[in-house]
Amino acid sequence: MREFVEGSQAIAEIVKLCRPGVISAYPITPQTHIVEALAQMVADGELSCQFVNVESEHSAASVVLGASATGVRAFTATSSQGLLYMAEVLFNISGLRLPLVMTCANRAISAPINIWNDQQDSISLRDSGWVQLYAENNQEAVDFHLMAYRIAEDKSIMLPVMVCMDGFILTHGMEPVDMPEQEKVDKFLPPYKPLYKLDPANPLTMGLLADPDYYLETRFAIQETFKDLLKFIPKVNEEFKNHFGRDYKDGLVEEYYVKDAEKVIVAMGSVCGTIKQVVDGLRAKGKKVGLLKIISYRPFPYARVYEILKDVPRVAVLDKAVSLGGYAPVAVEVKAAFCGKKKAPKVISSFIAGLGGRDITLESIKEVFAKLTQREINLEFIDLKPELIKEEYGE
Amino acid sequence: MENNLLFRPGHTACAGCGQATAARMVIEAAGASTIVVNNTGCLEVFSTKYPDTAWGVPWIHSLFENSAAVASGVEAALRYLGKKDTVNVIAQGGDGGTADIGLQALSGMLERGHDILYVCYDNEAYMNTGVQRSSLTPFATNTTTSPVGKDSSGNIRLKKPLPEIANAHGIPYVATSSAAFPQDIQRKVKKAVSIKGPKYIQIHVPCPLGWHHQPQLAQQVGKLAVETGLYPLIEYENGNLISVRKIQPKPVEEYLKTQGRFKHLLNNPEQVKIIQEIANNNIERYGLSAEGGTSSGGKLEMAAA
Repeated sequence: MREFVEGSQAIAEIVKLCRPGVISAYPITPQTHIVEALAQMVADGELSCQFVNVESEHSAASVVLGASATGVRAFTATSSQGLLYMAEVLFNISGLRLPLVMTCANRAISAPINIWNDQQDSISLRDSGWVQLYAENNQEAVDFHLMAYRIAEDKSIMLPVMVCMDGFILTHGMEPVDMPEQEKVDKFLPPYKPLYKLDPANPLTMGLLADPDYYLETRFAIQETFKDLLKFIPKVNEEFKNHFGRDYKDGLVEEYYVKDAEKVIVAMGSVCGTIKQVVDGLRAKGKKVGLLKIISYRPFPYARVYEILKDVPRVAVLDKAVSLGGYAPVAVEVKAAFCGKKKAPKVISSFIAGLGGRDITLESIKEVFAKLTQREINLEFIDLKPELIKEEYGE
Repeated sequence: MENNLLFRPGHTACAGCGQATAARMVIEAAGASTIVVNNTGCLEVFSTKYPDTAWGVPWIHSLFENSAAVASGVEAALRYLGKKDTVNVIAQGGDGGTADIGLQALSGMLERGHDILYVCYDNEAYMNTGVQRSSLTPFATNTTTSPVGKDSSGNIRLKKPLPEIANAHGIPYVATSSAAFPQDIQRKVKKAVSIKGPKYIQIHVPCPLGWHHQPQLAQQVGKLAVETGLYPLIEYENGNLISVRKIQPKPVEEYLKTQGRFKHLLNNPEQVKIIQEIANNNIERYGLSAEGGTSSGGKLEMAAA
């Protein structure tokens, strides 16, 4: 059913349709509307679920860990500092191979404290063993949550999935969303049947100490599963298309006017909508430009990126996060896709934009295309205010 | 080897480990229909080194500080499955994992009213990492981070009153016990799991390595802590003190002289005097002293609330 709803409400509705048994969360902007809406559904008797109000994000992640280990589908959501506070637990969840799903309402990291959007929070957790899917709009965010449970709970995967959606831009944005019917969701996502669970009828020990004789193989196994995910995510997207009609192709990336493009921007999340608008405008003027949207940052689809961009002369990567002291987080992956390969773009330039909620406007995107010349640019910040830099750091 | 034991022998605890004894008493009292969530610490390390496990019940370890929160999730899941009435949930950890890094998660669990028994095995320092001071380390104890030196006679703070803090949450049951009194542990655990809601039991567990005493003396050392009044065995139900283990108080020196961690105090009467005052305060506060001068002989007596 098509609804005009706030992003957070839409996420709450799809989570409800996924029938979680336990939800636990801690308030943090801009994630709060999601769990507020879920709490209301429980209060109104629309959702039969244990809603655990905890004293921190660390405990929110720990509660869903415990619930999942007991064989119950569970959900949490957070942002920014909350995600960092969960970090230790998130690594633990993937190490325990628990198929949890969470929403990260992407927000900047303190200091200075800032509640607005960028992607530094989830990017900083890229090595945590969670699948990371980035949504461009609220329809994608809804659909990715549903697919997230299918992916996470498959016996061949058993890894957690984080659906990343830009804070405020998506979480607080009103958009039309096609909300699937419960019956169809139930067919696509059957009840969770755990491989292992905490059950007195069959006592198991989970979370043992693995010494140097055993630890290495556990990490290897997760890395192998991430390789499998590059095939499994497309399979789930195919199933999704057959159930619901929406087609995300392989579900790893989206190509937008890339085929004959001379200049392509690579980006993740809601900024892709802005880039598409600029691409449309420039295409109308005969400019051969395009967009490659990364949906799955973990696993990163290196082979797909290589195939799609290998004949594109100039590529710009637009990051909404920084790896301070290193290459930008998406740029480094795109560059790695061409390392040691026969073909590669002549130029792969890297730009940073939108940190701490600085608007990325149509003009910002046009500037990136304009700066995509023969000269490779590494780590240029777009939309800096020179007067502020002068004020803070002198000449 | 019997496989139906709930806590099996063959684990790698040190000789004389009070925690191993206490953990076995706890799980045997709670029974097979129990899920255990364990903090990181000695107990976790010595009982579940892959591919071995000492546990005959479902058991999970996540992190150092989150057993109370993970157990909250286990309990919520059991409620969702309609199984809570038939399964006990125990969260457990050491004094550091409970009183320091895990205090927030514990407080959250107690405040939310989960039907969980939390057991703190109190060996009065971070033993798993090599005897560092915790907030449950007693006054004037020599540890590796509260060392005795020219300007130091050990830990400068008193033990954090964690049973009182737990009790202040308004929970139905709080007790202390000791590895030297196994039947006391079992009685209290059986009682605790029969009560709905959050329960807290703190068990004094001698650690020969950290306390510097001979392993075979663990029981005696544990008993002396109780008999001097330094570790009162008490029981709160619904906020009221309902029972204490009565003692014929012995001078604290008898306890202190058994352990290397207090060796520096034996020629320091001022410090010993302070420790005797701590014991006296406990004896007065909880009414520990047995009347008529006869030993309680381990018999439990009811005290007025």
